[in-house]
Amino acid sequence: MSFHPKMAYDATFHKSARTLDETDKGAGPPFAYTAENRARFDQIVKRYPPDRRRSAVLPALYLAQYQQGYITANAIRHVAELLGITRADVEDVVSFYTMFYTKPVGTFVVQVCRTLSCALNGAERVTEELTAKLGITPGQTDASGTFTLVEVECLGACDRAPVVMVNDGWHECLKPEDASRLVDDLRARGESVLSGCHHVVELKKKAG
Amino acid sequence: MDPILTKYVREPNSFTLDFYVEHEGYAALKAALTKKPDEIIEMVKASGLRGRGGAGFPTGMKWQFVDKKVEPRYIACNADESEPGTFKDHLLMERNPHLLIEGCAIGCYAIGAKVAYIYIRGEFLHVQGILERAIADAYARGFLGKNILGSGFDCDVYMHRGAGAYEAGEETALLESLEGKRAQPRNKPPFPALVGLYNKPTAVNNVETLCNVPLIVSKGAEWFAGLGPEKNGGPKLYCVSGHVKRPGVYETDMKITLRELIDGHAGGVRDGRTLKAVIPGGSSVPVLMPDQLDTQASFDAIQKAGSLLGSAAIIVLDDTTCMVWLAENLLHFYRHESCGKCTPCREGTDWLHKILRRIERGEGQMQDLDLLSSVSANIAGKTLCAFGDAAVTPVTTTLKHFRHEYEAHIKEGRCTLTADWRARHTVGAHA
Repeated sequence: MSFHPKMAYDATFHKSARTLDETDKGAGPPFAYTAENRARFDQIVKRYPPDRRRSAVLPALYLAQYQQGYITANAIRHVAELLGITRADVEDVVSFYTMFYTKPVGTFVVQVCRTLSCALNGAERVTEELTAKLGITPGQTDASGTFTLVEVECLGACDRAPVVMVNDGWHECLKPEDASRLVDDLRARGESVLSGCHHVVELKKKAG
Repeated sequence: MDPILTKYVREPNSFTLDFYVEHEGYAALKAALTKKPDEIIEMVKASGLRGRGGAGFPTGMKWQFVDKKVEPRYIACNADESEPGTFKDHLLMERNPHLLIEGCAIGCYAIGAKVAYIYIRGEFLHVQGILERAIADAYARGFLGKNILGSGFDCDVYMHRGAGAYEAGEETALLESLEGKRAQPRNKPPFPALVGLYNKPTAVNNVETLCNVPLIVSKGAEWFAGLGPEKNGGPKLYCVSGHVKRPGVYETDMKITLRELIDGHAGGVRDGRTLKAVIPGGSSVPVLMPDQLDTQASFDAIQKAGSLLGSAAIIVLDDTTCMVWLAENLLHFYRHESCGKCTPCREGTDWLHKILRRIERGEGQMQDLDLLSSVSANIAGKTLCAFGDAAVTPVTTTLKHFRHEYEAHIKEGRCTLTADWRARHTVGAHA
């Protein structure tokens, strides 16, 4: 019996699925923080009470992701051991938050904001142009491993819609007709072509 | 009203400690440390400051409820800013970070906390660099750390980066996330003021709320209360986006009307179009119609008009906006962001999205409209947090005011209102 008499439970939605392969082959290469990241980790953990090291799980996972590009079962094991919690505790977190990748992603992860204010300003068309240009649909990575295209929910820069985030950098007011050029520019010159956040950009101009 | 919180945001160095101190920065902290903590709480109560995150709950009362018998206590600053249409805290943290840090320190002093965590959404990485730098500078100058300004008061402020979850903006889900778990809400009561972070008394306050605290301490509660209509005092940041000529953050008192904000500050509806509807407080609140534009943009007046001020995110919709499309767009958001803890919300938002999608594509039937109402009624009020009520609002409010658009989709078998800003083909979320 479903929760609503006229709506059936769906076969594809909200069914828990293990996202992480823990076999020897699937768990990724052996993982440990570099000395630099380990030092950062030791600093971060001090922000929380000694018996609450688990609080550092998000920053600890970010360190792993920046080091390796994505989160593997071996990375989860390492983080769990350092924090003194179970691997299941860590995986629980990894599978919940959208900013952790459990599969390799492209050099540029192009994240188009699709929520209302951006959509009212052409975000759907930006996605359309990027899809045509890259030959992939949102959620996919191109064959060369250069671009991953994702649609994300409200990024909190609705006055500069449509906004696109590429890796950790922002690109604001991306007109659909300019989407294709952004791809070419990224390919040629990397993240330096991104507009950045306008608060910073305008002030840089003002300062000369 | 001249901007106060955002007075210097266009100055190139507004985010630096030197600039902040030159413009009376940290004077409020100095003044606060000469008073008793209870006096600060009384001041904030007398000012009538209401939470700027969405609920509009009186901040002084929240601080008074914090259990002063239990140690340690915490402040958790909610900088998760994820409500669609909201981008005010973003500006404050990026251009005026020391105001927030000063607010955190005064807040900690008032409730007797020694640690404040600023929980910032993961996508704001460029803001985090500025905030981290500001925190380090404040430590170096003795505004944070041990024995602040020789007062004997210790206070640490740490930044904590989220990782992409709208639900982390709900106060108890934020605490769960801060504890290193999934951002899922807790049952309430007990409220965080009694049982919060690490089960200790905690005040969870929005960025803009804490930024108002130094103003109250330095200029007085009466000044603050006198800035706006009764019980809606102080400066307020409004985020205007959507189909307007000049989208942006505008600071004014709450005497202003929606019309003045939209037609005045934001330059009116763009491209000579006419206004169809306004969402006055973020995607989770009911729409207001063009004949309600003279409503004052205060917590109480907007509530009286049948909506909520929420996070003061004003999304303007012109006559090219299909309201069934709008509901589908927002339900895609809620379906994606539902944390999955409560069944009605987890399953129901997915169903609502599916029904809306088939109507929007012209594949719906008339009985789908009753089904939408029925599923909505089974979500609202039946979940641990306000997300459930928020998620059904785009459906119920568009059904109430624009039922004819739903019926037109079903009768004509297609969307009757297309716009050049929408996708030509089905792709991605629209596939």
